[in-house]
Amino acid sequence: MEMRSPLARVRGLGAAHEGAHHWWGQRLTGIALVPLCLWFIWAVSGLLGADLATFKAWLATGQNAVLMILLIVSGVHHAQLGLQVVIEDYVHCKTAKTVGIVLIKLGAVFVGVINVFAVLKLTFGS
Amino acid sequence: MARRERPLSPHLQVYRLPITAILSITHRITGVALSGGILILTFWLTSATYSADCFAWAQAVMGSWIGQVVLWGVLFSLYYHLGNGIRHMVWDSGAGFDLPTVHRSDYMVIAFPVIATAATLGCVYFVIGG
Repeated sequence: MEMRSPLARVRGLGAAHEGAHHWWGQRLTGIALVPLCLWFIWAVSGLLGADLATFKAWLATGQNAVLMILLIVSGVHHAQLGLQVVIEDYVHCKTAKTVGIVLIKLGAVFVGVINVFAVLKLTFGS
Repeated sequence: MARRERPLSPHLQVYRLPITAILSITHRITGVALSGGILILTFWLTSATYSADCFAWAQAVMGSWIGQVVLWGVLFSLYYHLGNGIRHMVWDSGAGFDLPTVHRSDYMVIAFPVIATAATLGCVYFVIGG
């Protein structure tokens, strides 16, 4: 028996009022991260023990800087979505849960910006 | 009134988890570990923005034996999360849910990170000579 109102059915947002948004974001970044992570493993294998000049020359090719930024943005977003679910599942105190999720969201933006800024500085800076 | 026996969710201290449950929680644990991996990446990239000496120090920290153990752990987590993540995508499509198929993919999901980590280890130490 259909318990939802016709309006709720059309909106399709479910009990959490956000529909499949979180789920979809997790899949999309997951798909992006498959090739990006494999590229990253291959890339850092060649940078083991490298000095700063070598590292900067590697980033300066542009394509490596772009792939690094893509990896950082999709990685941080994917991590933030996953950690949110971990907190939602295991932290039962409402206050701690809310504070935890806020810290995860803000921390993710902070870490993402630091890393993107570092890549840009290394690529374009002196 | 007699108390009705209701089905209970598995009591984690007395219930031996099936392999699928262990692999499921491992997906979460490796995911959290990889979030830590992002912090290591942050440490590596930001050190390079300070000075050549600072970057050399960061490279030495990660090249130390404890640094290498941590990085190989992160790499294993990455391969596991990647393999099992692909399995989740297959499940999302609605395929592979019957028990024999799940048990087969269980073993693939265990074997992949072991083989891939060993192969990467071999490449790094014997081919590149790091």
